Amino acid sequence: MLHIINKSPFENSTLDSCLRIAKSGGAVLLIEDAVFAATKGSAAESKIKQAMAGMKVYALQPDLAARGVADRVIDGVTLVDYAGFVDLVAENPKLQSWL
Amino acid sequence: MKFGIMVSEGPYTHQASDSAYNFAKAALEKGHEIYRVFFYHDGVNNGTAFTTPPQDDRNIVNRWSELAQQHNLDLVVCVAAAQRRGIVDADEQKRHGKSGNNLAPGFRISGLGQLVEAGIQCDRLVTFGD
Repeated sequence: MLHIINKSPFENSTLDSCLRIAKSGGAVLLIEDAVFAATKGSAAESKIKQAMAGMKVYALQPDLAARGVADRVIDGVTLVDYAGFVDLVAENPKLQSWL
Repeated sequence: MKFGIMVSEGPYTHQASDSAYNFAKAALEKGHEIYRVFFYHDGVNNGTAFTTPPQDDRNIVNRWSELAQQHNLDLVVCVAAAQRRGIVDADEQKRHGKSGNNLAPGFRISGLGQLVEAGIQCDRLVTFGD
């Protein structure tokens, strides 16, 4: 299952809600302001590292670049472009946008 | 693969409409089908032809219209959400006695059943919102 998060972890709790409920084996895609969660040194870093023990974590590269943080991505987070986003949706029969 | 897209945020708010557009474009480039884009809640504001952004900014509404024309997309605006927000086509203008209409080219006004049907017909339904 693919979980799509689009809000900063410093703005609301969708990342926390998702990580609490998501089952291991799934995938999390961080887009829009949620990409801040994928940056080194942020308060969300430990949550992402913990999540990566059981799930694949992806971040949308164009959204990282737009925010000037593309060079600060946590090791182990996989970067995708929009084509990669489409592939993730195609590969996962179930998806949830956490709005 | 057959994709449906729902947009529930207006243009120039955060990024939902941009993300949805970029996703749709990438999906089409990869040879997937976009069965329908359903604009719901504030997302209906993506369908007003009166949108006039500064010339050096992207025109989100025109961009959807152009994509629809190029790929024969079905852009559906929720009727109840549209009426609340003053998004009106010629028929709705006549029915409600309004002074004008503003539904952008390539969009059509219909009901929530179109979202349900997209959910049934599509392999995936991707939601973009606030």
